[in-house]
Amino acid sequence: MAFNYDKYLRLEKMPTLWCWGCGDGVILKAFIRAIDKMGISQDDVCVVSGIGCSGRFSSYVDFNTVHTTHGRTVAYATGIKLAQPDKLVVCVAGDGDALAIGGNHTIHGCRRNIDMTLLVINNFIYGLTNSQTSPTTPQGMWTVSQKAGNIDPTFDTCDLAIASGASFVARETMLEPKKLEKILIKSMQHRGFSMMEVLSNCHINLGRKNKMVSAMENLQWIDDITISKKKYDALSEEEQLNLLPLGVLKQDLEVREYCDMYDDIKAVHQGKRGKITQDDFVKKI
Amino acid sequence: MATREIISTGNELAAIAAVDAGCMFFGGYPLTPSSEVMHVVSDLLPAVGGVAIQMEDEIGGICAVIGAAMVGQRALTATSGPGMSLKAEQLGLAQMAEVPLVCVNVMRGGPSTGLPTRVSQGDILQSKNPSHGDYKSITFCAGNLAECYTEVVRAFNTADRFMQPVIVLLDETIGHMHGKAILPTVEDVKAGIVPRKQFDGPAEEYFPYQCEHDEPAVLNKMYTGYRYHFTGLHHDKNGFPTEEIETCRKLIQRLEDKVALHEDELESYEEFMMDDAEIMIVAYGSVSLAAKEAIRHLRAEGIKAGLFRPITIWPSPAKKIKEYTDKIEKVVVVELNIGQFHSEVQRAAARLDIDGLFKVNGRALSPHEIVAKVKEL
Repeated sequence: MAFNYDKYLRLEKMPTLWCWGCGDGVILKAFIRAIDKMGISQDDVCVVSGIGCSGRFSSYVDFNTVHTTHGRTVAYATGIKLAQPDKLVVCVAGDGDALAIGGNHTIHGCRRNIDMTLLVINNFIYGLTNSQTSPTTPQGMWTVSQKAGNIDPTFDTCDLAIASGASFVARETMLEPKKLEKILIKSMQHRGFSMMEVLSNCHINLGRKNKMVSAMENLQWIDDITISKKKYDALSEEEQLNLLPLGVLKQDLEVREYCDMYDDIKAVHQGKRGKITQDDFVKKI
Repeated sequence: MATREIISTGNELAAIAAVDAGCMFFGGYPLTPSSEVMHVVSDLLPAVGGVAIQMEDEIGGICAVIGAAMVGQRALTATSGPGMSLKAEQLGLAQMAEVPLVCVNVMRGGPSTGLPTRVSQGDILQSKNPSHGDYKSITFCAGNLAECYTEVVRAFNTADRFMQPVIVLLDETIGHMHGKAILPTVEDVKAGIVPRKQFDGPAEEYFPYQCEHDEPAVLNKMYTGYRYHFTGLHHDKNGFPTEEIETCRKLIQRLEDKVALHEDELESYEEFMMDDAEIMIVAYGSVSLAAKEAIRHLRAEGIKAGLFRPITIWPSPAKKIKEYTDKIEKVVVVELNIGQFHSEVQRAAARLDIDGLFKVNGRALSPHEIVAKVKEL
């Protein structure tokens, strides 16, 4: 029997404002199926989003939902998580939201390893505001703010998260929704900061001016630039150059989660343990 | 009412007050001259099961505070001018989504980096409209050490009553002043806590933003089975974005009216030797201490001066100001800026001949300067 999404959707908000053929809907459905499989009550989930097309994600799903300001998703979610650490907190942001204006919060969320999933829907462009350059727009592509061709070097979302200390980092595309659903479950079940990048299309505001007029052409391009991590690892550095690996790129089960560590601070101040010292940490500098 | 004595600084008293008032969350960033507030809550909050987190920047600090407040906790941030400027957009979201929180601003010289370690009262107008758009700020201003405590307590109760941020202004002098404060007991403070309203009917009948034209939203604590939506966009009774003309108009008008039509609940001021005053000095914050000293000198010389000190700065005690300025001809506003509250006194008085004594070099105003000014009037 086909999966019934109604229970998790705010049906009165349908249809979404996303364009015909947009990948965001596929990601939203995969997210809902993942939550359903995890068997968590809707009351125990908080979905926090920022600004942009991805920002509307939170208003369509029937959980505790927060639509924040541009780029601040992870910072709001940090307060939400610390206020009630036993609940599931999922952030949804776009590439502009999470990597440009909100880059600092993304870095420090990763560094703290606070338990939340940051779902970055990367469509390589500012879609909602009509085609401005984002930190992931490939060099040489046309954008409305760089009509002569984008010269800004691109960020690799997952490399950034790995370097910043996120304990779970994965990349998937919206081309394989079943795989996406599975990896979303992994990311949300992981205790610690999970960076979950999902590549998606924006044929309207990226594709049209970059020889990918239809959703299918845009998706073909995403398929062409991605490869499973296993195959990627077998390639030479030269061959890897224009490919993005898919799958779980990092999972560290040893590193401690921030709310857990903060419990130590509480214990110190409540006289239940001695002060925290460098001896409590394997890595000293 | 029973009282107790604490010897402390203004910043420390503000921090202690927050914890006594039931605050369970602090998010902030180091910012001179307010940092001691963070230093103190970072010890006090974990001891009572709360959290104090130093975020990556000022914006992150207030975002985390709003997040914790959305969950249902009483939450605090503290900063100074540059930090206020950075927090402005998020204060706007808290106004729009009606999220209660307390923001302590220990004022230093501005604009920009200004005079980080020196006193100023340059953020009076900023605290009226820190963010873009229409809403009505609530701002208190501590005029002595005890008020660094009592105004923070009042701010928490007020934030929950009106469901919006409340700013408490200290200035660098008050924040770093060290001395004896006579305070209400913790028991009395706890007994006076009025938690935010909660809806306890069935979830399908809960509409957080459906309220009377002059009442705040009723935001149930998160994770309690009442699922709704927070947004900074114009929103409907459920909190969902809308552009429906009448809904948009009503929402913004209500944000104004929930405060504007209840100003009497917020009004707070001190009158010092005003009974027979022929000259009125208007001053607030640390300057009011110098003004009181000046008035004692003036009175000794037979000059009948008195002090009117607003404690609630926004909305200003305009009616009371008008009452006085209607009968007292000589009025001087004394402040550490170039007339930020002076313009409000002129507005309230509907007079353009209100005098002013202003100082913006990072130094305190001395009683002698005030005495000299009054004698010139």
